[in-house]
Amino acid sequence: MQQLTNRSKQVSNKEMTLAERIYLPAIAHGMAITIKHFFQKKVTIRYPEVKRYLGPVFRGRHVLKRDADGRERCTACGLCAVACPAEAISMVAEERQKGEEHLYREEKYAAVYEVNMLRCIFCGLCEEACPKQAVYLRHDEFVPVFTERDQVIWGKDLLVEDMNNRYLREAWTKEEAHAQDLKKAAGAISHVEPRAIP
Amino acid sequence: MELTAFIIKAIIILVIFGLTLLIAMYSTYGERKVAGFIQDRLGPDRAGPWGLLQPLADAGKMFFKEDFIPAQANKWLFIAGPCLAMLTALMASAVIPFGSTLRYDGIEVAVQGVEANIGILYIFGVVSLGVYGIMVGGWASNNKFSLLGAIRAASQNISYEVAMGLSIVAILMMSESLSVGSIVAQQHGGNWNIWYQPLGFIIFLTCAFAECNRTPFDLPECETELVGGYHTEYSSMKLGFYLFAEYINMFISSAVVSALYFGGYNYPGMDWVYTQLTAAFGDIAGHNVATLLGTAVFFGKALFGVFFFMWVRWTLPRFRYDQLMNLGWKGLIPLAILNILITGIGVLFIQPSLTAFLK
Repeated sequence: MQQLTNRSKQVSNKEMTLAERIYLPAIAHGMAITIKHFFQKKVTIRYPEVKRYLGPVFRGRHVLKRDADGRERCTACGLCAVACPAEAISMVAEERQKGEEHLYREEKYAAVYEVNMLRCIFCGLCEEACPKQAVYLRHDEFVPVFTERDQVIWGKDLLVEDMNNRYLREAWTKEEAHAQDLKKAAGAISHVEPRAIP
Repeated sequence: MELTAFIIKAIIILVIFGLTLLIAMYSTYGERKVAGFIQDRLGPDRAGPWGLLQPLADAGKMFFKEDFIPAQANKWLFIAGPCLAMLTALMASAVIPFGSTLRYDGIEVAVQGVEANIGILYIFGVVSLGVYGIMVGGWASNNKFSLLGAIRAASQNISYEVAMGLSIVAILMMSESLSVGSIVAQQHGGNWNIWYQPLGFIIFLTCAFAECNRTPFDLPECETELVGGYHTEYSSMKLGFYLFAEYINMFISSAVVSALYFGGYNYPGMDWVYTQLTAAFGDIAGHNVATLLGTAVFFGKALFGVFFFMWVRWTLPRFRYDQLMNLGWKGLIPLAILNILITGIGVLFIQPSLTAFLK
C-alpha cells in the first residue's frame, strides 16, 4: 500500500537481539529520557498567582460602555436580548427626562439591565447585535466565581463601565489582533496586563 | 555504665524509627513531586511552601475518612492485615548499620538497632513475613479481586525471594560473614561491593523492586485487572497503613541495597576526613562527628535509592504476569546461580593468584 507518511513502520517478527532481550539498555534509554524531562522547564501556570494572557478577542466579563463624556450608550432597544441564544439578558426601558442628558446618550435608556450569569454562555452575540456599541465582553477580566444565589444576576451596578477604569482595547478585529500579536512578539508591546478580579 | 549504653542505644533506635517514618511520610510527597517533574508538571505545591505540608494534609484526610469494614469480611484478620504490613516493614530496619560507632563516656555504641551476627538472615526473614500483611488483608476482604491481588503478591514475593537470596550468597562468599555490620565495615572507603558484584547488584535490585511491589512489578494492585488489588476493600487509615508500609519498604530496601552494595556509611576519602575531624575537635568529638557524617552519607545513599525507585516507576510500564514469572524463574535465578559460580571461582582461584602476583 502507498505510504501516506514516512512515520509508519513495517511490522516485523524478527528475533530480538541479545541487547533487546536483556531489556536493560532499553530501560537505561527510557530513564535517560525521563530524567531529561525532570530538569526541563515546567509547563504549569500557577493559576491564581499567574494568569495567562488570553488574547485580545477573549470574551469575558460583560461591560455596558459609556461614551467619551461618560454617558451610557445603551438605548434599550433589546436587540441583544433577542440575539442572546441563552436568553440571559433582560431589560426595562425608560424615557430620558430633561436634565438627564449628561447621563444617557440616547432619548431612551435601560433603567434595568440584567444579565443572568448562570445562563450566559459568553458567545458574544450581544456584542455583535448591539447597534450602539454599548455591550462588550471584556478580554481582560473574568466573571468571578459566585457562591450565593443573589450574586448570579448582575444588574447595572456591576455592568456599567467605571469611568476611572475604562475598558479599552487596541485590537478589535482578528486582523488587528494578529498585528498586535506580531508587535508583541517583536517586543514593541511589553505591557500585557494581568487580569484582576474585582 | 550499662545504663548510659542503654540510653544511647534507646535514643539511636528512636531516632532511626522516627526518621524512617518521616522519610516514608515525605516519600509520598516526593513520589508525587517526582512524578510531576518527570511529566513536566510541578506536583503538589499548594499546602505550605512548595507543598511541604501535603503529607500532613493527606494524613488528615485519611484519618477523617470512614473506616469501613465490609459485612462479610473476617473482621480480625481485616484489621490484622495492615498492622502486619506496618510491623514487618518497620522491623527490618533493626539490624541495618546506619553509621559506625558513637563514643560517650568511655563506651562505644554502634549506630545500629541490634548488632546481630545473622543480620542478613533476619532481614530476609522479616521481609518474607511482609507478604503475610498483604495475604491476610486480601483474604480477609472476602473479595475476589482482593484475593487475586494477594495471591499474585504472595507468589511474586516468594519467587523473587529465591533470586534475591541467591544474589546475596555471592556477597556472603566474599565477606565471609552474615552480619550486616561487618559486611559494611569491610567496604571501607570506596571499596564497595558494587565493583565486585555488578551482576549480583542488578539481580538484587530487580528483586527488591518485586519485593516492594513497585512498578514495573506492581501487579498485585494492577488496576486494569484487579480494581485496587489486595487493598480494594480498605479505606481510611487502614489503607493509609498499606500505602505507608510500601514506602517504608522502599526506604528499607534502598537502605539494604546501599549497605550491601554501596558501602553503607563508607565513602571515598573517609579516613582523611576522620583524621581532619579528630585533629580539629579532639578524639571523641571528632570521632562522633565523623560517624554522624557517615550516617548522613548513608541516608543520602538510601534517599537516592528511594528516588531511583520513583524514577523507575514513572519510566517503565508494568510487566505482564507471565513475563514477571519468566523473568524471575528463568532469568534471574539461573543468573544468580551463575553469579555464585563466578564469585566462587574468583574467591578460590583468581583472588589468591592475583594477590600472589601483586606481591
